[in-house]
Amino acid sequence: MTAKVGKTKIEIKDKKRKSGFWYSFSGILIAFIFVMLITALIITLSGKSPAEAFAYMFQGAFSTKYNIGETIIKTCPLLLCSLGLCICYRAGLTSIGAEGQMAMGGLMATIGGVYFTFLPRAILIPVCILLGVLGGALWAGIAGYLKAKWGISEVINTIMLNYIAAYIVAYMCSGPIQEPPYTFIQSSQLQESAFFSKLIQGTRIHSGVIFAFVSIFVVYFLLWKSPLGYQMRAVGLNQSAARTSGINVKKNLILSMSLSGAFCGLAGAVEIMGLHHRLMPGFTSNLGFDAMAIALLGGLHPAGATIASVFFGALRAGATTMQHAMQIPTALVDIIQGLVVIFVLTQSVFSKFVIKITTSKRKVLSVGREE
Amino acid sequence: MAISFIGGLIESAIRTGCPIMLCGLGCLFCAKCGIINFAMEGVMTMGAFFGVYGSYLTGNPWIGLLMGIVAGVAANLILGVMAITVKVNQVVVGAGLNSLCLGLSSYLLTACYPNGVPTQVNGFNYISAGSLSEIPIFGVLFNQQVLTYIAFAMVPLIAYVINKTSFGMTLRACGEQPHAADSLGINVVKKRYIAVIISGVLGGMGGAALSLGQLSVFTIGMVAGRGYMAWSAVTIGRYGPVGVMLAALLFGVASALQVRMKAIGVAIPSQFFSMFPYVLTMIILASVVGRTVGPKAMGKPFIKGER
Amino acid sequence: MEDFILEMKDIKKVFGSLTANDSINLNLRRGEVHALLGENGAGKTTLMNVLYGIYQPDGGEIYLKGKKFKIDNPRDAIKAGIGMVHQHFMLVPTMTVLENIILGLSDNLKKLDLKTPREEVKKLCDTYNFQLDIDSKVSDLSVGAQQRVELVKALYRGAEILILDEPTAVLTPNEVEELFVILRQFVARGKSIIIISHKLWEVKRISNRCTVLRNGKLVGTVNTSDVEESDMASMMVGKKVTFKYDKTPILSQDSILNVESINVLGHNQASTLKKLSFDIKKGEIVGIAGVDGNGQQTLGEVLMGLTPLEEGKIYFNGQDTTNVSTRQRLKKGISYIPEDRMTQGLVMDFTLCENYILDRYEKEPFTTKKIFYHSKAVKDYGDALTSEYGVRPNDADAFARSLSGGNQQKVILARELSNSPKLIIAMQPTRGLDIGASEFVHQKLLKAKEEGAGVLLISADLDEILAVADRVLVMNEGRFMGEFVPGEITFEKIGLMMGGMVQDKEEAKA
Repeated sequence: MTAKVGKTKIEIKDKKRKSGFWYSFSGILIAFIFVMLITALIITLSGKSPAEAFAYMFQGAFSTKYNIGETIIKTCPLLLCSLGLCICYRAGLTSIGAEGQMAMGGLMATIGGVYFTFLPRAILIPVCILLGVLGGALWAGIAGYLKAKWGISEVINTIMLNYIAAYIVAYMCSGPIQEPPYTFIQSSQLQESAFFSKLIQGTRIHSGVIFAFVSIFVVYFLLWKSPLGYQMRAVGLNQSAARTSGINVKKNLILSMSLSGAFCGLAGAVEIMGLHHRLMPGFTSNLGFDAMAIALLGGLHPAGATIASVFFGALRAGATTMQHAMQIPTALVDIIQGLVVIFVLTQSVFSKFVIKITTSKRKVLSVGREE
Repeated sequence: MAISFIGGLIESAIRTGCPIMLCGLGCLFCAKCGIINFAMEGVMTMGAFFGVYGSYLTGNPWIGLLMGIVAGVAANLILGVMAITVKVNQVVVGAGLNSLCLGLSSYLLTACYPNGVPTQVNGFNYISAGSLSEIPIFGVLFNQQVLTYIAFAMVPLIAYVINKTSFGMTLRACGEQPHAADSLGINVVKKRYIAVIISGVLGGMGGAALSLGQLSVFTIGMVAGRGYMAWSAVTIGRYGPVGVMLAALLFGVASALQVRMKAIGVAIPSQFFSMFPYVLTMIILASVVGRTVGPKAMGKPFIKGER
Repeated sequence: MEDFILEMKDIKKVFGSLTANDSINLNLRRGEVHALLGENGAGKTTLMNVLYGIYQPDGGEIYLKGKKFKIDNPRDAIKAGIGMVHQHFMLVPTMTVLENIILGLSDNLKKLDLKTPREEVKKLCDTYNFQLDIDSKVSDLSVGAQQRVELVKALYRGAEILILDEPTAVLTPNEVEELFVILRQFVARGKSIIIISHKLWEVKRISNRCTVLRNGKLVGTVNTSDVEESDMASMMVGKKVTFKYDKTPILSQDSILNVESINVLGHNQASTLKKLSFDIKKGEIVGIAGVDGNGQQTLGEVLMGLTPLEEGKIYFNGQDTTNVSTRQRLKKGISYIPEDRMTQGLVMDFTLCENYILDRYEKEPFTTKKIFYHSKAVKDYGDALTSEYGVRPNDADAFARSLSGGNQQKVILARELSNSPKLIIAMQPTRGLDIGASEFVHQKLLKAKEEGAGVLLISADLDEILAVADRVLVMNEGRFMGEFVPGEITFEKIGLMMGGMVQDKEEAKA
């Protein structure tokens, strides 16, 4: 496709070669730059200085031991959920259900943590974790099964399940597991033996963070060092070729959704056991949508997801400081999140093209590497 | 007592359902032309915010409505460009746009009101249709807000446009079989953009109906999932204008019941009423397995010449 | 100077390196039925797409009634009085017949007037005796009826020239007769018709003249009454011999594959297999010739377990494999080279190494103890295969997408042939490949044959089949039209079989 504007010629050609890491990385980097530029523009338009805003954010996220701790504990659930999303996105499933799976995971963990008083700590903690994992896995499995068996869109189902999960949690917190004397809508507090211990004094960092850290390697191993991961990636990239080579596509769809839900459920359990110590409606606070943006920004790779999680964790932790100092609302992070999704999606399309702009025989600008 | 309960229920259902109805009709327009409009949550938010803002600036709720509509169109056009021209995954970009609009509206709340957010702006008044409004129970239908009347009037209007005009026919063809439409010289891309714009108008209106039409104020997160409800209404309403209207009212009833059930001491927890429309959506989706209810080409980007 | 209603002069159309139409001349008289005959890839549909404005020609001109015309899009073509019925119908299934016919003619907010068009369409249907319920939904109609809707659609828009692309491909024999009656009526009322076909008998029956294309070039235009099917067959098929191989004799009389009377549903009636039976001996290459769309794809899929069969049995190596899963068949030693390498054969965004093990990633040494996947073992294997098969570039970590078509096919071959298969099902294995790459494929298949494997070669390229196969079956509309040994039969007879004329073995050898 060629367009001429006066003496300037703009050519857009198909890129033939798509080579893995650098291609994705450069594309995402460009998307990220656009996001930050637009964010800076928005801040400027409201009469404030973007540099100052980012500085306060950075300060809020990293300047003191406590602040770094806050960043870490905010990163923790984001990391777990986004790792889970990496799995199902790689299998070709667009799940929006991290929120609901996290809620169900938290619910199950709470039930174990509050009512399984007969278990000693050494067994209670693993049991609660397991309950959380199962809760998320099963909740996601519903959508996975519906998709595999009958081809029903997992997108819609996961969103519906999000709302249903939220209402179930609300119901439980104002009914069956509500804390006496029934004034607040929340569950009873977990037994002390179900709390995660504090790791570092002077911060709120809890041992659940270790789970998140370990999960990075687990997910990497799963996706690239196990036959199951190989199958799921094949299904995600080309269902038809996978089927022709004998891979059971349906089984893999269900499995990938369930695994994804397992990590999101784990995130829910970790948040309850490490931070809140009780179940409250809304404890997931839209983390699920953040996780989606993070997974995309991280190129669906555990390493990228880690960096992106830390980025968003820092944003969320530092936003309060920024708000206090400059009266810029924390909603700015939501704006960034939305822009990330839009621009990362766009870059996946634009990376397929090479854009060349020439003015009377001299090449002015070339975006994308021509091969 | 029962009469006033039912009357109150209907009134509440209509009031809550009206914005969902307008947005649902907007989603319907897009769906009929082949675009999945998942961004209605964000579009509605923009409409709600700018509706109030316009009224705040000028004191006139109609200007507010106009601003809300313009904002809705602008937001929806982002979805349009991404879906039609850039050809990305329509659902994911819709979700991203929702986050963007939610964040933007919260952000603008501090940016646009330097002197603090007003507790109320000029909203729309209730208009009573005289003696009709005295009828027991259903009299409530005739004592509604302007926007509610407009919303109900939209239903037959949209039904007419979609089903009884050649414009509507070409629109539907673009959603069902865009290549057939293309082979007859219809400009599929242009039609889809028009659908996106109309959808934005309706969405903006829905948002303004939510803010200006009720408490005449904008609060963060006031849309609270209504955009997704609007989208579900299209599925539950089997992709028809009247169906969308009924589905929206169903959501309204569910939400009204949720509040009232506790008051009259019914044993079913209120959350189950709130959950019901979402469960219903899933059931309906599962029940039409094998048969597509929606337009066949919905969600698929149109690439000319591809078979 | 003859008075032609349509003249296409020196039409040239190029796609990348492929010349689909190379200076083609076609003329159409008023009131004639003109057939456009040729094999797959001859350029027939491309030429008509140029006429209908879907493609713009890279050279040449179009004259209608003596005046030069530029047709940039279908709208222009329709305005010029040209109507086209495509092979894949351009109808909106959820709309009624009437709605489909008037779709796109107006685009405003006025109330749709269905009364006037309804009268007009009814009149049109009555004129030609179409039995059509114009208020029924298109999706409820039979295929033949849908085709009639397309015809009415074209006529309603004032088509004087009608182009029909392989119209009988989707029809039952009854429906074909009905169509011919309709076409004769059109002609009686002064319409002119171009019919694209590869079926000789129907060309002979319905057309006045016939233009034959081969490999993008014009072979000639003849009066149908002056020629026999066999003449048309040789024009269509030609006598190019590019491949020549020495074939070793078949060693064994044991069958590796036995197909007994299978009925398999295809996309349409032409591709549905009807009581098909054949066998393949160990060390034998059996070729299946025929124009694409006559059931070849269905056959390949049912042999691999990708499509279920309604009736009949399949025996592999003596065992009943009728209901065995694809994965099991691969494990038992059946290899599959699919027709579409990009969607079925390779995962484009996987590396070559990852593609080589698509059907064996769970086996040692790639996976040990069922959970450990060893990239190093995969890489070593990939490097070895890449070298052995001469895949270029010699980089097993390259993405499949970045390879040329020929090299992609080599990757698939490497995977499918390296497992010492007992039966190889090769579907159009050299499609889109140049001579060199094609020869490479043939050599590999011949080598597998020498090692005792049975090969089923399904191809639309007759040259290839004759050069490689020990025995050939010709497929048409889901049945075998005849069987022969290459070298013992004339090209005309083969063409006849491909065009739908049944031959038994003795007659074919004569």
